[in-house]
Amino acid sequence: MPKKGVLDPQGKAIEHSLHALGFPEAHDVHLGKYVELSLDGVDAEQARQRTDEMCRKLLANGVIEDYHFELE
Amino acid sequence: MRWGVVTFPGSNDDHDALYAVDHVLGEEGVSLWHKDRDLKGVDCVILPGGFSYGDYLRCGAMARFSPVMESIIEFAHAGGLVWGVCNGFQVLCEAGLLPGALIRNRNLQFVCTTVRLRTEETDTPFTCRCTRGEVLTMPIKHGEGCYVADVVTLERLEQNHQIVLRYVDGSGRVTPEANPNGALNNIAGIVNEQRNVFGLMPHPEHATEKLLGGEDGLKLFQSVLATCTEGTHRRGTAVAPGH
Repeated sequence: MPKKGVLDPQGKAIEHSLHALGFPEAHDVHLGKYVELSLDGVDAEQARQRTDEMCRKLLANGVIEDYHFELE
Repeated sequence: MRWGVVTFPGSNDDHDALYAVDHVLGEEGVSLWHKDRDLKGVDCVILPGGFSYGDYLRCGAMARFSPVMESIIEFAHAGGLVWGVCNGFQVLCEAGLLPGALIRNRNLQFVCTTVRLRTEETDTPFTCRCTRGEVLTMPIKHGEGCYVADVVTLERLEQNHQIVLRYVDGSGRVTPEANPNGALNNIAGIVNEQRNVFGLMPHPEHATEKLLGGEDGLKLFQSVLATCTEGTHRRGTAVAPGH
């Protein structure tokens, strides 16, 4: 997701459209990315560490984005 | 002088940059393939415009991990001249060689137009042949050119005189109307603190001949040439800011 305070023109445009469609209560709209992936040969702790590393190195850009992940 | 121009899958201004170097400037252009680690002894590396790796995930995010980029990051850390245009600027930000990031244009539209740029700094290897305050005209064509950085970074860029080019109006004034993409402080191009890495969204390689609409971009190529041939730049000893 875009970090708080970073310009988010896509979120703004979506918010305007929601207001125009009769959802005036919608605010703080932000558009992010959703990535799904499978892991082989790692236990839960390794999966957590490896996924965090993937996020830091490639999946998110720490300058403009925050990330969080869930393991199933 | 040897210029290296990188080709990533999806680069599309690489040949324009090679043309500018070979045919207009009369120097030697060397093509560098994204899978090669060898920089072939070039004096300056250009990361061209285009859509490297389809611009998937984020613009420049994948290119940053290509083999050639590992060598370019080392080259830059040793003081080598690295110049990113448009997608190349995005790659340099993703690689951490330049601060900040480039996000979707404020109006969410791809912009293809001609812009005016004020030369804010001339004590860089890329603009030493320009005069301070000189307004240059060049084309832009991008969907993600809105430069952003946090407040502290932005302040440091201003204080260190790292903002090289700003979007301005016909009278050379920084105005919101002259800003084509919403970039903070009308930033069109920046250098790193050591001043040997330069990124800009406009396309100097498309402005090197009158036939193409103007020659202002050539001044940036001539600046690098002068820097390398007149010995004002040595690898590992980047030009210091002279303020």
